[in-house]
Amino acid sequence: MILNIDPAVVDWSRAQFALTAIYHWLFVPLTLGLSFLVAIMETLYVKTGDPEWKRITKFWMTLFGINFAIGVATGIILEFEFGTNWSNYSWFVGDIFGAPLAIEGIMAFFLESTFIAIMFFGWNKVSKKFHLASSWLTAIGANLSALWILVANSWMQYPVGMKFNPETARNEMQNFWDVLFSPVAVHKFLHTISAGYVTAAIFILGISAWFLLKKRETGLARKSILVAAIFGLITSLFLAITGDGSAFTVAQKQPMKLAAMEGLYKGQRSNGLVLFGIPQPGKKAGDGQNNFALKVEIPGMLSILGYRNVNAFVPGVEDLLNGGFKPEFQNVSPAETETALPISEKIVRGKLAITAFGDLKKARKAGDEVAAAKADSAMKSNFAYFGYGYLKTPEEALPNVPLTFYSFRSMVILGFYFILLFILVLYFHSKNQLQDKRWLLRLMLWTIPLVYLAGQAGWIVAELGRQPWVIQDLLPTRAAVSMIETASVQITFVLFAVLFTALLIAEVMIMTKQIKLGPKDGGTK
Amino acid sequence: MFESLSLLTLQQYWFMIVSLLGALLVFLMFVQGGQTLIFQLGKTETEKKILINSLGRKWEFTFTTLVTFGGAFFASFPLFYSTSFGGAYWVWIAILFCFIIQAVSYEFRSKPNNFLGQKTYEIFLFINGALGTILIGAAVSTFFTGSQFSIQKANLAEYANPVISQWQGPAHGLEAVLNWHNVALGLAVFFLARILGTLYFMNTVDDKNILGRAKRQLLINAGPFLVFFLAYVIALILSKGFAVDPSSGMVTMEDFKYLHNLLAMPLVLILFLLGVLLVLWGIIRPLWKFDQCASKGIWFAGIGTVLTVFSLFLLAGFNNTAYYPSTYDLQSSLTIMNSSSSHYTLTAMSYVSLLVPFVLAYIWYAWWSLNRKKIDAAEMESDEHAY
Repeated sequence: MILNIDPAVVDWSRAQFALTAIYHWLFVPLTLGLSFLVAIMETLYVKTGDPEWKRITKFWMTLFGINFAIGVATGIILEFEFGTNWSNYSWFVGDIFGAPLAIEGIMAFFLESTFIAIMFFGWNKVSKKFHLASSWLTAIGANLSALWILVANSWMQYPVGMKFNPETARNEMQNFWDVLFSPVAVHKFLHTISAGYVTAAIFILGISAWFLLKKRETGLARKSILVAAIFGLITSLFLAITGDGSAFTVAQKQPMKLAAMEGLYKGQRSNGLVLFGIPQPGKKAGDGQNNFALKVEIPGMLSILGYRNVNAFVPGVEDLLNGGFKPEFQNVSPAETETALPISEKIVRGKLAITAFGDLKKARKAGDEVAAAKADSAMKSNFAYFGYGYLKTPEEALPNVPLTFYSFRSMVILGFYFILLFILVLYFHSKNQLQDKRWLLRLMLWTIPLVYLAGQAGWIVAELGRQPWVIQDLLPTRAAVSMIETASVQITFVLFAVLFTALLIAEVMIMTKQIKLGPKDGGTK
Repeated sequence: MFESLSLLTLQQYWFMIVSLLGALLVFLMFVQGGQTLIFQLGKTETEKKILINSLGRKWEFTFTTLVTFGGAFFASFPLFYSTSFGGAYWVWIAILFCFIIQAVSYEFRSKPNNFLGQKTYEIFLFINGALGTILIGAAVSTFFTGSQFSIQKANLAEYANPVISQWQGPAHGLEAVLNWHNVALGLAVFFLARILGTLYFMNTVDDKNILGRAKRQLLINAGPFLVFFLAYVIALILSKGFAVDPSSGMVTMEDFKYLHNLLAMPLVLILFLLGVLLVLWGIIRPLWKFDQCASKGIWFAGIGTVLTVFSLFLLAGFNNTAYYPSTYDLQSSLTIMNSSSSHYTLTAMSYVSLLVPFVLAYIWYAWWSLNRKKIDAAEMESDEHAY
């Protein structure tokens, strides 16, 4: 007996996964960056022998510890939710997706959890150098874990190095290195960890600024600011470069996401980049309305950023919906590319692939090799559109354009603002005027929430911008879920929401208390 | 090197790795067992603090082993991951809940302004220790008792419902605790974890009052552990099992299947008996010669636990046995042959597994560095990062 999948279970499963991911990403970026900053500060202590650096290291390490545990707690839920809520996904691509998760455990988590214990409890038990090495190994462990989970995520956005096996009804890995070194993976990893570094740098700047505003711990604050601002400036520039690289891979591999990021409905050659804009509320693909109520754009810039060619054609949402244009890929001559199909046609081809898969299974069972060969060939020639077969209408293939557009704008604008902030801080620090610039100190403090906003906005672009796909073009969310009652997921959603929120409140309360107590009492109570 | 191995050999290799991780996890659940003893062994704040801190330096190993166990199972046997996690939803979610509340409790417990209060975090630790161990034990027991699910790979061609693994019955995993076999294993794991927790304290804590109470707890928990464990093992040996025909893949019920497995795999039998003896030795020696042997009990009982659990996993999956059987549709049962990753993926993962000895070596070194001196009240006073 086969009951139909309730669309509500898909929505609630998505909501639950998004909830977990959002909370996870509130804690992890700080862990990624602060682990390195603490290691750098401890290195300064070991190099100079100055006990003040030890005090500074220990202060930030206390805050690191408070934040670390809750990132771990939300992380385990994410890993297991692939199974609990996305059962079909887990089988359909488990042969590729499981490996990075296992490697993450073996290579990164043990490194992190072993040496973090030395970091916290080893001060008087191991040598200075061993302790320092432990701090660095904890940071490397945390960042290695980011590598593997981002490789896994990138593979969902750009599935490479695999082949569908109808016998097992799943995709199977053909080339591990293609998965690990796909351009999407490389850019996503570098961009995401740099975002973590910038988050931690701003966290330190903000709290140090608070000490300066209160005229407390000025020595600690000034030293911390110098380290964080230099680290922040370098990594924020790197963040911009890798952001450009990421956007370029999106243009090449996920053109629909790029169109949503830009609020672009009708593309053109030498397309402009919207600097500021307000998308027309209620705009739908093909309704003939202007897509922006207001916009300021840089001519030709989107073609340059997305295709490294000022004359390149950038397809918009409607172009992708209706097809009929020639996609322009880097290093591929136009003669070799095929005219894009309309999504309605992709749905037809997807259904052909899925039906052929079913026929193949039946033919193999019946031992009819002729029919099996025919079905196999039909399946292979349409497999690139497999996931489209599960869609009911072409519009289902469109992401939420305004949300993606605004999130992308927020992230980019904030990113450039952070660079400016680091420059300003370094300038006034070098002039020894920082403590007098109270407006700047306040700005530093209030930038802490903004850096979290930027990080969340980035993930909204990455994950909502690729909807409806769990695996780009191969599996939409509706075909990836577990067969459970909607009510069950609703209950667990509420339970997770309440628990995570309570833990977040606890973390913020503990953290602010520890900051107010300052380094002398840091972690002793 | 691994490329030339057959698919079956790789499947067996990975089932052994997953089994080893599972076995290490049960040993490391001394942290969970210890958490349920905090109130019984620690009567003053300082004593409680000593106990929590001695566990607080190890909890992450247990947690990481659980995560790695999940990851390795996903990578090597993804059909288990999709079927069990997506089907027995409520059991796994309950287990996850027990672990979220643990992860923050050590760090938050004694910090000022911690929102929920110190007592709440201590109760979180207790819930993790009690419910976490019982539920994991009950979930693993379904490897022998079976669950109700069906697997139809051709479902992928059904547009309206392409889900391959479907759980049958509304309880979504909670039915596992209605079977007395599963509950018995759950309780055996719970009492074993408490025994291991007690032995761990004897190894790491230097406090007369705590050690005196620990000795009593060892005796108190040994009784129920033996009752539940022996009841489970005897029932298992006498029960029918899920046999697989290696050529056709057909699953049938076989009388005394697990007894047959033990006899067919003498090495597993030896490991199992040796494991049980070591656990008993680890319990009896400290009771008998406390002063000389108390701190060594954990090593005997710990190694014994690893051997016993490892051999139980092999009993479930080796010698042509379905390790995750379906009582709803026998032919949907999971075997190491029909649920694994591809030859390519298992090969790639096998290279990664070469890191495991290296990981074990640095864990051992770090552990040794921190444990050279026992934890006492004086250290709790002076340690700045004490929980």
